[in-house]
Amino acid sequence: MSSVLPERVPATTTAAAPAGRGAPARTGRARPRRRRLLTRGSVPYLLIMPAVLGFAVFKAYPIASSLWISLTTGSGDDRTFAGLANYRRLLDDPLFWTALKNTALILVVQVPLMLGLALLVALALNSTKVWLRPLWRLGVFVPSLTGLVAAGVMFSVILNRDAGLLNWVLSLFGVDRVNWLGSPSWARVGVVLVITWHYTGYNAVMYLAGLQGIPKELYEAAMVDGAGPVRRFVSITLPQLRPILLLTVVLSTIGTLQLFDEPYVLTGGGPDNATLTVTMYLYNNGFKYFDFGYASAIAYALALIVSVLGILQVRLMGERR
Amino acid sequence: MKPRGPLLTLLLAGAFALCVGPFYWLAMAATQEDKDVFSWPPKLLPGGHLMENLRGLEESIGLTRVLLNTLVVAGVQTLGAVAVSLLAGYAFAKFEFRGRNLFFVLLLSTLVIPDTVMLIPIFQMMMELGLIDSYQSIILPGLVTPFGIFLMRQALRSMPDELLDAARVDGAGELRVLWKIVIPVNRPIIAALALFVFLGSWNQFVWPLIALRSPEMYTLPVATATLQGLSTTNYAQVLLAAGIAAIPVMALFLVLQRQFISGLLAGATKE
Repeated sequence: MSSVLPERVPATTTAAAPAGRGAPARTGRARPRRRRLLTRGSVPYLLIMPAVLGFAVFKAYPIASSLWISLTTGSGDDRTFAGLANYRRLLDDPLFWTALKNTALILVVQVPLMLGLALLVALALNSTKVWLRPLWRLGVFVPSLTGLVAAGVMFSVILNRDAGLLNWVLSLFGVDRVNWLGSPSWARVGVVLVITWHYTGYNAVMYLAGLQGIPKELYEAAMVDGAGPVRRFVSITLPQLRPILLLTVVLSTIGTLQLFDEPYVLTGGGPDNATLTVTMYLYNNGFKYFDFGYASAIAYALALIVSVLGILQVRLMGERR
Repeated sequence: MKPRGPLLTLLLAGAFALCVGPFYWLAMAATQEDKDVFSWPPKLLPGGHLMENLRGLEESIGLTRVLLNTLVVAGVQTLGAVAVSLLAGYAFAKFEFRGRNLFFVLLLSTLVIPDTVMLIPIFQMMMELGLIDSYQSIILPGLVTPFGIFLMRQALRSMPDELLDAARVDGAGELRVLWKIVIPVNRPIIAALALFVFLGSWNQFVWPLIALRSPEMYTLPVATATLQGLSTTNYAQVLLAAGIAAIPVMALFLVLQRQFISGLLAGATKE
């Protein structure tokens, strides 16, 4: 039995162990030590194995395979290599550009709007003068628990032109009925409203935690130096929040660039393709027309855009050395 | 002092109303008759048609079966993903091994790649394995979550080595150390991760929409979305389905609120 042990012991420990079969007393003493090294040596590999397997099958392989598929044409498994044909087609496809334009438009309006509101809510929640803080914090966080489909279904009725809750509330303030989901430009506003409703509280809670982590002494020192509230916000709060701001900007950008569920449920991409997003266009090509090559090219184009924007954001907002 | 307190409280109350108001309306609308969902002004008091709408959902989408599907998928996926994340996180946090840094970087770099990139190859894989339209097709791809592994690594790293070594000196094997020390000590963050995964799994839509074919395999989001796509949609039923989807996650959140938010922050604030 004991002869099996040395083979599994990592090279370093075998070298440290006395060469040859030593006196029984010596091996007896060395054994517990060896055994411990032995188990610890293989343990991390065993621990990591499920993750490695899953990663290989469901991340690494699909990512590589998708790149290959994007360079081919054909149907199903019957694929022929086509070089960059799919990517060239992408550049000449007006519908892809429409989808990209819609996504970009939603991104530029929605992300700053949502994060601005979130910061405002977080600042208010962080004030000790506010009553019932836990209740408000809970309330603003609740929408982010709702699934995209549930939220989409709910708002497809709330945004209804003739009988929706929103138009009714607006009518109390004398605002005429808005055709939220029926007109191309209002449909985009509607989608932006729903995403903002969905995720503002989540970001606010993140900011709140960031705010609570800022040392009080910084503010006290600034007050002694006579800095006003605006000055304190700009020179203490914002820089201190930078890591968490960066994180939320990157995450929101990735999320919005991949926008699918809300427009799918709310508008189906319409009217007149006004809310067709890149991911929706990908879905249509891949799983309605089963053009896997073209859909994969769209996926890679999107991945490229996401990584470039992500890197830019980290460069612009990240820690300066 | 300026009257900042009342003003800020009012602002937050407004935000609260905007966030929670739609849920109140949803709860009321789900108890109405279909034609009353679109009445003007909207009905803001309970109607008497909740049971009828529930029965309607049972007939149209097979509510019981669909709920069961969703629960099985989310439950198994949560257990599996938490286990995989815990084991891998423990390895990353407390062991030296070859390829450690490389694998960690690879794992994290997939976070920037949109999930949509992987849809088609995974779909083809599932087709070949004959797993389309099965629970496995939904559960398996979600078992490795880079975020979960990252979160576990961050949490376990802050655990003192002496604690583990003390148990090892007492002769505990690695499995025992994991079971008797690592898990109990980190129970809150593990609960938070479980809630995260459950939430994501319970609400997931795009992949189940692609991978599931027969209505009796649908999960709740897929069933709800298809119900809405019909020409004769009963909106009271659709809204009830949306409300039912929201209930378990909200209940779980209320119970685990503290852990959930601290988990969210652990992922966000540690470098």
